[in-house]
Parts: sequence; structure tokens; C-alpha cells
Amino acid sequence: MSDHTQNQENYWKANVRLIFGCLIVWALVSYGFGILLRPMLAGIEVGGTDLGFWFAQQGSIISFIILVFFYAWRMNALDKEYGLEE
Amino acid sequence: MSQFTINLLFVGASFALYFGIAIWARAGSTKEFYVAGGGVHPVMNGMATAADWMSAASFISMAGLIAAGGYANSTFLMGWTGGYVLLAMLLAPYLRKFGKFTVPDFIGDRFYSRTARLVAVACLIAASVTYVIGQMTGAGVAFSRFLEVDNNTGLMIAAVVVFFYAVLGGMKGITYTQVAQYCVLIVAYTIPAVFISLQLTDTFIPAIGLFSDHTASGMPLLQKLDEVVRELGFQDYTADVDNKLNMVLFTLSLMIGTAGLPHVIIRFFTVPKVADARWSAGWALVFIALLYLTAPAVASMARLNLMTTIYPDGPNQEAIAYADRPDWIQTWEQTGLIKYEDKNGDGRVQFYNDTPAFEAEATARGWAGNELDVNRDILVLANPEIANLPSWVIGLIAAGGLAAALSTAAGLLLAISSAVSHDLIKGSINPDITEKGELLAARISMFVAILVATYLGMNPPGFAAQVVALAFGIAAASIFPALMMGIFSKRINNKGAIAGMLAGLLSTLVYIFTYLGWFFIPGTNTLANTPDNWLLGVSPLSFGAIGAVINFAVAFIVSNMTDDVPEEIQELVESVRYPKGAGGAIDH
Repeated sequence: MSDHTQNQENYWKANVRLIFGCLIVWALVSYGFGILLRPMLAGIEVGGTDLGFWFAQQGSIISFIILVFFYAWRMNALDKEYGLEE
Repeated sequence: MSQFTINLLFVGASFALYFGIAIWARAGSTKEFYVAGGGVHPVMNGMATAADWMSAASFISMAGLIAAGGYANSTFLMGWTGGYVLLAMLLAPYLRKFGKFTVPDFIGDRFYSRTARLVAVACLIAASVTYVIGQMTGAGVAFSRFLEVDNNTGLMIAAVVVFFYAVLGGMKGITYTQVAQYCVLIVAYTIPAVFISLQLTDTFIPAIGLFSDHTASGMPLLQKLDEVVRELGFQDYTADVDNKLNMVLFTLSLMIGTAGLPHVIIRFFTVPKVADARWSAGWALVFIALLYLTAPAVASMARLNLMTTIYPDGPNQEAIAYADRPDWIQTWEQTGLIKYEDKNGDGRVQFYNDTPAFEAEATARGWAGNELDVNRDILVLANPEIANLPSWVIGLIAAGGLAAALSTAAGLLLAISSAVSHDLIKGSINPDITEKGELLAARISMFVAILVATYLGMNPPGFAAQVVALAFGIAAASIFPALMMGIFSKRINNKGAIAGMLAGLLSTLVYIFTYLGWFFIPGTNTLANTPDNWLLGVSPLSFGAIGAVINFAVAFIVSNMTDDVPEEIQELVESVRYPKGAGGAIDH
């Protein structure tokens, strides 16, 4: 793998950037909306309780699924873009 | 037909299915045994991962925990799903590209050290064995309740069943059996939930029913539940939590622990390509979410049903007379998991939160203490009976609970046996072992692991809940950080990784033992396990996340003080980062 090129370097940087972005959303929907920011969301009512409760028991899980599929789709596209797919 | 016959039919039919699959998918080579030949479709693998992951704890205990804790126990929902985001982005694709069989394989190669590999083997075995005890115990309980045998006989049946298909089929057999087990367990979990959601809210989907109006009262379900439990001195179901730091750290520990559990990680070695490993993580999460989105609905609805059963005319009216209690309470009383004691001698079942804050009101109503003790683990199993569902639904729940326990036990046993035969025997003791010899060693070590797990299941050291915490703590503090640094940093060297793993592991063990007793021997804890004793309010169960941070920090500092990583290892790190040229899982 001495053919380590600028192209590979860029691919890896793009991957790390993408992961970083996804993990910000990951933290926001669970630790943010679901736990720490719940008092701030208390005004938004959802079915007899507040939005923070919904995020803690439903919204975070749904967001996780979207994140993982989004990541898989973007990365598989990046593999092709950089010519590094299998 | 009696309930017993129906249970027997459902459980028997599901077992016949698992055996059939195991015989059909016999493993012939070590590659098939360890990674199912690397040819499992991502959707199938996702389903198998979901069954592997969702244990007796998810199926039987989780809804009960949420029902008891309300919002505060949302941590389990977020923690046990959020780990898959970490797994999908930080570990799975690169480990698939690396293309070997086990987690210690990667740690040993990447940190070019036999010691690192052995430390990883030790962490893996410690995490998996503690976890498997819980599964065997769970299976034993389910067998004894539904097949009406005693607990030890139930456990023995469970051991024989797992032994048969795991030893015969290896990863290949386990994968296809787990697909079947997933179908059984998800149907078993969903059907009663749908019925109950229809009864209470007229809504077909439980996850939506949870936020709908309660048909009988016209109020939103959760508001109704808050009102009922408040009336009886309990905390509001949706009440916020004061110690947010601990809630965050506990959730984080569960997430990192999930991503670091070896029996989950090895599932991603079985797909054909790197791209498939990414998709597979997504599918696994979808199949897990089908249960996890339903669980909070099951929890709140069952809690409300329970309260309405005890207080048919509302919580501010008289409780039900003991003589009029429903059949399911009588059934579960026989198992000792529901207990009743008529403290004020009025023949009624007063069920409330017996705290000093509520004492004045309780006395005013003529109550002399809480009279009903309900074990929270029975909630999911008793759910169909509480809601008066037909008896075939109860048979289905029996088969589902067993599927959950057995599939996880099989996955864990495989992880243990591959660590012993592949990493310990082939990797360290006898590198010249033939493939046939290795396969035999794998089967023998699985047999031994089952014996140990069965023995410990029969003689539980009395710390089931703590043991699970320990498994997550070990995985979070030792395995996950080592894997992640191995992929994302070229600077971490052998000394750094070993020091990091040991520091993370030991700090976590010491913190847990300090509060829960040294080696879990009751009474040996240094400090009482109460919130005011916890360091900064961090509970021992939440410490895994801090152990992981310690691991990262120590590895970083030690690596920066010692030599650079050799050239060829840097190239290895490069190669796992790019999917190109992966090929099948390779032997070495």
C-alpha cells in the first residue's frame, strides 16, 4: 500500500467529516433533545407529554436509523467517486 | 386444549424449526464455522444481528424496567440502539475490510503484540461469560414457567438445545437459526402489543397509541397514567430527571458498550463486502427498532392496565377485593413473582408507593402499607393474560422469550469459542494446528463454555443485574476504544494500546466493585451503593463511559512518550480505511 495517494487521503478526510456531522446529529437527538434540552422543549406538547419525552422514547431511535442509512448511502457513493469501491 | 399443551406446541414447533435449520446449514470449514463463509446477505445478517443482540433482557425485562421507571429509564431505549450508529460508522466497515475472524485478531495485528491480543481475549471472555449467564438464567425461567418444569430442568433443556445447533452449525447454523428466531420473537412481541393498543387507545400501532387518547377516559394516555400513579404516591410517569449527568453517562456507557460487545461485532464479518457491512448495520437497527419502538408503549399500557386491574373504579376509590382478583394474579402468585399480604386486614389489595411523603394520605385512607409486590420481570410475560388475550398468544410469548434468550446465548458462545480456539490455541499455544483440529477445538471450547454457563446459571452468584452492567462496562472501557483508536489513529502503538486497555478495564472494575462488592461478594463493598456516595453523582453502572475516556487518554499519552508505529502497521491501518481489495474473510 505504498501507492498511498492524495486521492485516498481526500477520501478518508471526507469520511471523517461525514462521520463527524452524523455524530453531531446523533448526540443532538439523544443527549440533546432526549435528555439535556428536555426542559427547553417542555412547551411543545406531544400526545399528553412533551417533545423531549417523545425524542427519548421514539424520536432518537428513528433518527438513528435514518443516520445509519444516510451514512451507508453517502459512503457507498464516495467509494465510487474516489474509485475505491470493491 | 389446556394452556400447557398450547405452550408445548408453540415451543416444540419453534425448536423443530431451529433444529431443521441447524442440520441444513452444517459448518464444514473453520471459515463457515467462524464467519458463515462471509456470504450472508445484509438484510439477513441484519435480522440475525437483531436476534443476536435482543436478549432475554430486551424481550422480557426492558419493558418492565421502563414501566417502573417511566421517562428515567428511556436510557435503555436510547443506549441499546444508539450504539449501532457508532458501530456502523466507527467500526463495522473497517473491521470487515480487515477481513479476519475475531476481534482479538484485529487488536493483535494492529498493535503488533501478542500481549495486546491476550488482553483482548481476556476482556472478551470476561464480557461474554458474564453476559451468557444472564441468558441461561432467563431461558431457565421461561422454560420453567411455560413448560411447568423446575428451574434446573428448564436450564438443562436450554443448554441441550443451544449446544445442538451452535456446536453443529457454527456461525453458519447460528445465522440462519437466528433469522428464524428473530421472526418468532418479533411476532410474539408485537401481537399482544397491538391488541392492547387497540383495547386502550383504538390505535393499531402501539408506538402511536402511546401518544394517543385513552379511549375510556378521553384523556391522552400518558396524562391519564401520570394522574393514576400520582394518586397512589408514585412519581409521575413522564417526570423529568434531576441527575442529568448520570443519565447522560449511563446512556453513553450503554451505547459504547453495545458497540464494543464482541458477539455483535463479529456479525459484521459475515457479509460479502464492506458496503454490505454498512447496510447491514442499518438493517440490524431497523429490526431492533421494531421491538424498541413498541417496548415503551407496552411499558406504559401494561402499567396502566395493572393499575386499573387493582383499582377498577379509579385510584381514589376502593381497591379490588383479594377474593375477586383475576386468574393471572393467582397464576403468578404460584411462582412467587407476585406476593400479597393483607396488612390492614380489610381483604382488599392496596397497591401504592409506600414512602414517608405519602404516609399521611395512606393513613387517612386506612392503609397500613403496600400489600402487593409485583416482580417487574413478569410484565411482558404476563401482558397477554393481563389484557385477557386468547391462550395461543401466551404460547407465542413463551416461544418468543425463549427465542430471544437462546439466540443471544448462541451468539455469545460462538464469540467465546472462537476466542479460545482461534486466538488462544491457534494464535498463541499451537500455531501449527490443522483446520480440522481447530474446528474440533472450537467445538470443544463451546461445549465447555455451555457447561460453565449452565453451572453458573444453576448457581447464580446473585447479581444478575450487576453482571450485565459489568459486561457493558468491560466492553465500553476496554474493547471499543482499542478498536476505534486502531482504525482512526496511526499514532497509537502497542504499549499505548495495552496500557489504555488495562487502565480502562481496571478503573471500571474498581469503581464497580467499590459500590457493588469486591468480585460481587455481598457485604465487601467499600462504600454503600447510594447516590450521595457516588463520585460526582456517577453511578457504578454509568462508569463504562468514563473508563473509555481513561482508556483513550492513557493510550494517547503513553503512545506519545514511546516509539512510533512501524511502517508496515501504518500501511495496515491505511488498508482497512479503503474498501478496495477486500475479498472474502481470509485465514492466515
